[in-house]
Amino acid sequence: MRGRVRRLRAEPFVLLGPGLAYLLVFLVVPLGLVLSYTVFKRGRFGGIVYEANGGNFARAADPIYADVLMHSVTLALITTVLALLIGYPTAYVIAHLPARWKAFALVAVVLPFWTNFLIRTYAWIVLLNSQGLVNSALIDLGLVDKPLQLLYTDGAIVTGLLYAYLPLMILPLYSAIERLDPQLREASANLGAHPARTFLSVTLPLTLPGTLTGCVFVFVPSLGNFVIPELLGGGKRIMVGNLIRDQFLKARDWPFGSVLAAAVVAVLILLLTAQAWTARRFSGEEDHA
Amino acid sequence: MRRMSAATLTAALVLTLAACGGGPSSEGPAAPDQLDPSADLSKQTLTISNWDKYMPEDLPATFKAKTGTTVTVTKHATNEEVVAKLTAGGDSGIDVAFVSGQYAQALAEQGLLEPIHPELVPNLKNLSPEATQLAYDKGNKYSVPYTWGTTGLCYRRDLTGYDPDSWKDLLDPRPALKNKVTMLATERWLMLPAQKVLGFSANTQDKAQLDQVKDTLVKAKGNLLAFDDTTFGDRLKSGEVALAEAWDGWCPTDQKDIKFVVPKEGSDLWVDTMVILKSSKNKEAAHAFINDVLDPEVHGWAVSNILYKVPNAAAMAKVDPALLKNYPALAMTPADLLKGEGLVDLGDAGPAYTQIATEVTAK
Repeated sequence: MRGRVRRLRAEPFVLLGPGLAYLLVFLVVPLGLVLSYTVFKRGRFGGIVYEANGGNFARAADPIYADVLMHSVTLALITTVLALLIGYPTAYVIAHLPARWKAFALVAVVLPFWTNFLIRTYAWIVLLNSQGLVNSALIDLGLVDKPLQLLYTDGAIVTGLLYAYLPLMILPLYSAIERLDPQLREASANLGAHPARTFLSVTLPLTLPGTLTGCVFVFVPSLGNFVIPELLGGGKRIMVGNLIRDQFLKARDWPFGSVLAAAVVAVLILLLTAQAWTARRFSGEEDHA
Repeated sequence: MRRMSAATLTAALVLTLAACGGGPSSEGPAAPDQLDPSADLSKQTLTISNWDKYMPEDLPATFKAKTGTTVTVTKHATNEEVVAKLTAGGDSGIDVAFVSGQYAQALAEQGLLEPIHPELVPNLKNLSPEATQLAYDKGNKYSVPYTWGTTGLCYRRDLTGYDPDSWKDLLDPRPALKNKVTMLATERWLMLPAQKVLGFSANTQDKAQLDQVKDTLVKAKGNLLAFDDTTFGDRLKSGEVALAEAWDGWCPTDQKDIKFVVPKEGSDLWVDTMVILKSSKNKEAAHAFINDVLDPEVHGWAVSNILYKVPNAAAMAKVDPALLKNYPALAMTPADLLKGEGLVDLGDAGPAYTQIATEVTAK
């Protein structure tokens, strides 16, 4: 009996060990380094001069950076909402396909990931430019009489982000919907609920953790992406990812880049905490805890 | 001048972050090593850091055949990336690096470069006399120029309907060209048109001048299709863009109606150079390598393959006339090039330039 209690205490640590070690080496330590850089001075040739410097934080307070952050958050939010609106029905349909078709559909969702991200982004340039396929089609159909400015707009950025990260929305949603016990919906129907009511009262709450996971999976990389705003946005409106990249690679200002990176990480930690909290609450784990 | 293609942005960021080891080395400038002109080069090895496809692919093999030296090539995507490696402290293992002039200057000021020993590089005589007058390193004390060029307007004559000759054509385009112009995205060149229109130096650090530059650029942005470093050539070909700020070698003048002009307000002079690291243990071989690159045959490769001018009179004399016909910018004389303002390291004004680029692109 005593032996068993002891084993139970050690077990979680043994099981968590590799994961914790991984997090320590690849997350905590690098993140700690980045955080420590924020209080030092810019080396003239890049790198860090180890002299205290509080000015980095004051500089980050410049409204210009808040503007960039707000704009990035807005575009990332729009992307996330659109991904949810498209991803939920898609995942729902896939989850209810016959097994053979299910596998096929899932591969189709993941397939784009096997192509280089940049090539896929460049493909959107081909599609969206004024001589591109989309404009040609619109003109041929007589919907417009001269090419629309599609490329180099916020719309092009959102399109690129949506396309790039939609699978990250569909997959967790699929797994959440798939796991749903069909009997629950049957019970709801038997008790007289309309399909819409069943969806709102049963399906949706029970898949909420998956929904939130999908939203975070799409929002986080959308916020940090710097290639798409450059290629599809024409670099005319940068996002926070570009800002941070430029501090490291162009201005050789690692301390300030670290301040901006830390700000983004703080936003993301808030989000992840909220997501984890909600997921726990709605998956009912709290009751068992 | 070579810059990262978009394809390498991510890799570059990862690498630079990975190189975040320490601050710049505090080594001061020391007396040049005594080098042995008769050293056995076959006992030496070299590691060269260069941009991708920026020298002949078979150069390591041909150099080994001549000297017996084994050459390893590592590639960098940007100046910033290789400089981060070289300044990270400790031995980078790199003997010879290809970097732009202003970066060679910065490395030399940090005492990281071995002075060039002219007696070990007899082919220096092939360099145009103008190539010793470069602002970042007068007399080529620490660097040997590899390619050089300038920045100007690349345009579709059939779409513009006239021949632009001023940076104003770009910053304040005629109504028909609205949203059909692009500017370079890399900040030194993003700033250049405004600096030249206002009559300022391309290296200005004056706060009031930089403020004016910013205002001019913010106004210009309204008429711009994009800031574009990578695809403007294709956009000109497809006709989506009628007028682009472009590096000379990147303007596809072999296409009908596409022309290149250096605006009347003047432009820059960029130079890519070869430098030898003080930490190199194989400095004789490093000099021999640079000497080999200055061979007209080897150096001329850059002209016909990357369409950049080289400061090597003997190599330029051998350029195929057909190529010059297609790419008239290659025929610019060294004297013409030197009218452009040499880009130098901005030192502590670097963040100010980034700040302006940010403010222009943030709204």
